[in-house]
Amino acid sequence: MTQSLFFFYFAGVTVLSSILTIGLRNPIHSTVALLSALLHVAGIFILLHAEFIAAIQIIIYAGAILVLYLFVLMLLNQKETETIVNRQYHLALFFGAVIFCEILLALFQSDFLQSNFLNVETPVLKATAGIAYNNTASIGVALFTDYILQFEIVGVLLLGGIVGALVLAKQTPTR
Amino acid sequence: MMIPLSYYVVVSALMFVIGLVGVLVRRNFLIILYSIELMLNAANINLVAFSSRLQSHDGQILSLFVITIAAAEAAIGLAIIVVLFRRRATTNVDELNLLKW
Repeated sequence: MTQSLFFFYFAGVTVLSSILTIGLRNPIHSTVALLSALLHVAGIFILLHAEFIAAIQIIIYAGAILVLYLFVLMLLNQKETETIVNRQYHLALFFGAVIFCEILLALFQSDFLQSNFLNVETPVLKATAGIAYNNTASIGVALFTDYILQFEIVGVLLLGGIVGALVLAKQTPTR
Repeated sequence: MMIPLSYYVVVSALMFVIGLVGVLVRRNFLIILYSIELMLNAANINLVAFSSRLQSHDGQILSLFVITIAAAEAAIGLAIIVVLFRRRATTNVDELNLLKW
């Protein structure tokens, strides 16, 4: 009972903040709405017993990425525009609704919501039976054993991101 | 009481569509980047929900990688915004039409 109460709170505020993020006129207000959405997504992660991902969500998304966005937002002195949306926004809203209905249709016609799909005994559970499931230690062990190659590739990707951002934003000397 | 998996998927689908509409309708480059973050978060909700229900942490590790890629994307996107603003003094994507056909 309490769990579903928390779920509906987190889900409702997440969706509401997402709508406010794309609907508000002032970019600073949009940033605050995005912060609220990210924090409530972290709440959903905690409800799913993914505490490590929830902590990472708060530290990296709300702590680092959003602060980066705010810095750039303060750096740029944007002029006010009277319209915040494109001319074709009716079309975009219509096709957004169509895609949402399509996702729901595909969702409720597929068989993954059947109980036999969810109660299937996965081999992954047996493989990690020695380690306590779903704490930071088990994620860390999997990250440094099964996923070590992907982990290194993501590290190289981050390095490429740093170099790319530096090259792009470097002040070229005036001729 | 266990929350059904479909509830999480519906919330994720709703969030993804909101992000998609945001990319399509907004004119501010920064808000378009925010909408991309919303879509990546919707994918993360799906990944974590399925990983929790299937009792496997593979989805959580994948969502960790998604968060990393979002961080890299934010850095590159903001660098592009800064360069554009220095040259054109605008963040309105409708005025940035040099590469349009």
